[in-house]
Amino acid sequence: MGLKNDISEQLQNRVRLAIEKGEALRIIAGGSKGFYGRDVSGSELSVTQHQGIISYQPSELVITARAGTPIKVIENALSENAQMLAFEPPAFGERATIGGTVACNFSGPRRAYSGAARDYVLGTKIINGKAEILTFGGEVMKNVAGYDVSRLMAGAMGTLGVLLEISLKIVPKPEAETTVMLNLGSEEALLKLQQWASQPLPVSGSCFYQNTLYVRLSGAEKAVREMRQFIGGELLKNADYFWHSVKEQRHDFFKNDQALWRISLASNTPILSLDGNTLYEWGGALRWLKTDLPAQPLRKFSESINGHATLFRTSGKRDEIFQPLPKHLLQLHRKLKQAFDPHGIFNIGRMYQEY
Amino acid sequence: MTQTANKADFPAVDLQNLVSQLAGILPQDSILHEQEDLRPYECDGLSSYRQLPLVAVLPDSVGQVQKIMRLCYSLGLPIVARGAGTGLSGGALPYAKGVLLSLAKFSKIIEIDKDVCIARVQPGVRNLAISQAVDHLGLYYAPDPSSQIACTIGGNVAENSGGVHCLKYGLTVHNIQQIKIVTIEGDLITVGGGGLDSPGYDLLALMTGSEGMLAVIVEVTVKLLPKPQRVQALLAAFDDVMNAGKAVGNIISAGIIPAGLEMMDRLAIKAAEDFVHAGYPADAEAILICELDGAETEVTEQTDAVRDILNNSGATEVRVAKDEQERVNFWKGRKNAFPAVGRISPDYYCMDGTIPRKSLPLVLQSMADMSVKYGLAVANVFHAGDGNLHPLILFDASIAGELEKAEEFGGKILELCIRVGGTITGEHGVGTEKLNQMCVQYKSTELSQFHAVKAAFDHKGLLNPGKAVPTLHRCAEFGAMHVHNGELPYPELERF
Repeated sequence: MGLKNDISEQLQNRVRLAIEKGEALRIIAGGSKGFYGRDVSGSELSVTQHQGIISYQPSELVITARAGTPIKVIENALSENAQMLAFEPPAFGERATIGGTVACNFSGPRRAYSGAARDYVLGTKIINGKAEILTFGGEVMKNVAGYDVSRLMAGAMGTLGVLLEISLKIVPKPEAETTVMLNLGSEEALLKLQQWASQPLPVSGSCFYQNTLYVRLSGAEKAVREMRQFIGGELLKNADYFWHSVKEQRHDFFKNDQALWRISLASNTPILSLDGNTLYEWGGALRWLKTDLPAQPLRKFSESINGHATLFRTSGKRDEIFQPLPKHLLQLHRKLKQAFDPHGIFNIGRMYQEY
Repeated sequence: MTQTANKADFPAVDLQNLVSQLAGILPQDSILHEQEDLRPYECDGLSSYRQLPLVAVLPDSVGQVQKIMRLCYSLGLPIVARGAGTGLSGGALPYAKGVLLSLAKFSKIIEIDKDVCIARVQPGVRNLAISQAVDHLGLYYAPDPSSQIACTIGGNVAENSGGVHCLKYGLTVHNIQQIKIVTIEGDLITVGGGGLDSPGYDLLALMTGSEGMLAVIVEVTVKLLPKPQRVQALLAAFDDVMNAGKAVGNIISAGIIPAGLEMMDRLAIKAAEDFVHAGYPADAEAILICELDGAETEVTEQTDAVRDILNNSGATEVRVAKDEQERVNFWKGRKNAFPAVGRISPDYYCMDGTIPRKSLPLVLQSMADMSVKYGLAVANVFHAGDGNLHPLILFDASIAGELEKAEEFGGKILELCIRVGGTITGEHGVGTEKLNQMCVQYKSTELSQFHAVKAAFDHKGLLNPGKAVPTLHRCAEFGAMHVHNGELPYPELERF
């Protein structure tokens, strides 16, 4: 955890060299999320060796770690102090890092109830496209000095800079957790989730698949017990295993060769009349779709309901992964890319072909 | 009071010509250019900075805003957006040769969707009006800045406003889902979406807290939360401020995230008590107000736990509100702390630094020392749970040199916040006020990156010019007065 794991200077030199040579760089850490996004060419810039928790004081509710630190290392450290990452990130592999997780803004079942990775980012240290090491935000809960560049990095997939360090807000682990199953049709399940969302209930995860609604409750022991009685249903044994399988996409639903689409929309959107198999999460606001449908109708439909569709996993061509952006919005993206990476060296085309 | 003259680096415009062009966009009574009509817009909540704009406009449609922006863009005319003008950092200070764009007429709640727990509102809707409009549905909008009765949601987004409940429920950035913005070129862009996330960069985060520098916000979709089953408040008195500081850490360490955790020191307690008679223990050196909310049983358990923690942390007295009336009373003094301090001093200067909680004792002691040095009293009121300080420096502006002394003292407090790993502003924004301290918090390369972000949205630099991010030259000049450890800051710049 000492200085030997700080390779920021080497990384900075490598970026400098790339600028001189006009060479594109492909940023990589654990490599667990290579399946996600568009294909990128360029020389590999690995931050895997840039590891270690830099500061963690449980009573401050903040952890700062180098980008190459495995998620597992962070989760273990937090767990020892009965704390956790509130956004419950999927790892998609043993070697997943905090840098990759934040770069993808990946969040798990708790997202609909506690927020996404970006919500917990307090500060970042990055290398921008001019090979400058810059620090934004910090380790405090409230900070409005300057633009929120740290949160902008979340989900930018390395196109705006190389993440070196990340400070995250952390939360206490709930005292108790339990999961119940209810046998329901899809419409009924969506309605139930909606009703619960507008009541002060300790729901921390929801999933609907094949006529079963899984609801996870978290909080103080008594509150969870009371809520369980209110909701009814049958207790799920091995609940941790179930949520892990959904989060890490190891559940049976995910096991076939069809393309996996991720459709993000308003939770009260009715059942989609699209061909394919669906698994619901986030109170209905996230729908995983296994389908052979072409991209066009899915994109069109998603746009029509103010949502968006992502081709999350495919064995086919990875040329258009994310929902196309409207003209003016795309133009802003291009200009922002230019503002951070004027020489155009970082992860070119990872999100959109244009930048 | 200071008359702040903005630098005249934009082309001069003929007022009559401008007014006649605006008359093609807006009705006459929505264009103000006489001195007496412009007076209400000369400052925001930081009234030590005043400046009349060239003209103020009050559009009532997005189409009008787009046309105004296009006109300003073509004329190269600066434009400053304004909500209710309750900001505390001079962020809405007009530009002398520019247009002041008031969004006061955008005051409609467009849509409330109970199923998805969102409300789509115009930017001029008051913060509290949202919670009031959804109260009957058992919902509310969580961020609650103390100006919530007057401040508007558009301004809240521009400043990323917090409040006493953001420890548990987050800031504005955590509680909005979509905004519509008009760019300086007049384009209407939707940022965010109908779901919990949207494709592309997180421009919603970038826009939140951007202080009107990047675009004008013309619509906001906020997330609503179900009202908690039960709310319980505790009040603890301490005979030592340090013990109160430690109690804060002990509560958090116990795995409890209160809905609000506020602290007041002796001077603030006394001022509040004299003003609203909340029944605070008058001889206490500090009090903590801790509010817990959630499910009935959960709150009961946590109340017992917090009471024990407070007692074990050296509280001299712990009160648990026995009913809603007593809870409201606990808050009464805290919520009136600023006007209460206003009663005991002709003027006060409110600071807004945030520090890691662990540095609380050190920072409090240093502030007390500085108070002696400057000969100015400080009352402390703060969001202790998230380390957000609001020291109120008491002074008398009618005494020559006191305002400058208060400003210098305030600046020193902010620099102290940076030194302990904190920030110069937790929720009030940089605005005009904290430009110099930005030079201390950020390196020149970081400030340049901010300027590049600004240019991506507004390459002519017309939106709220001169605010939020200082120029490197300004920092060089400021740095020349504040040489640290013999190092000359910004060595790459010419000196003047």
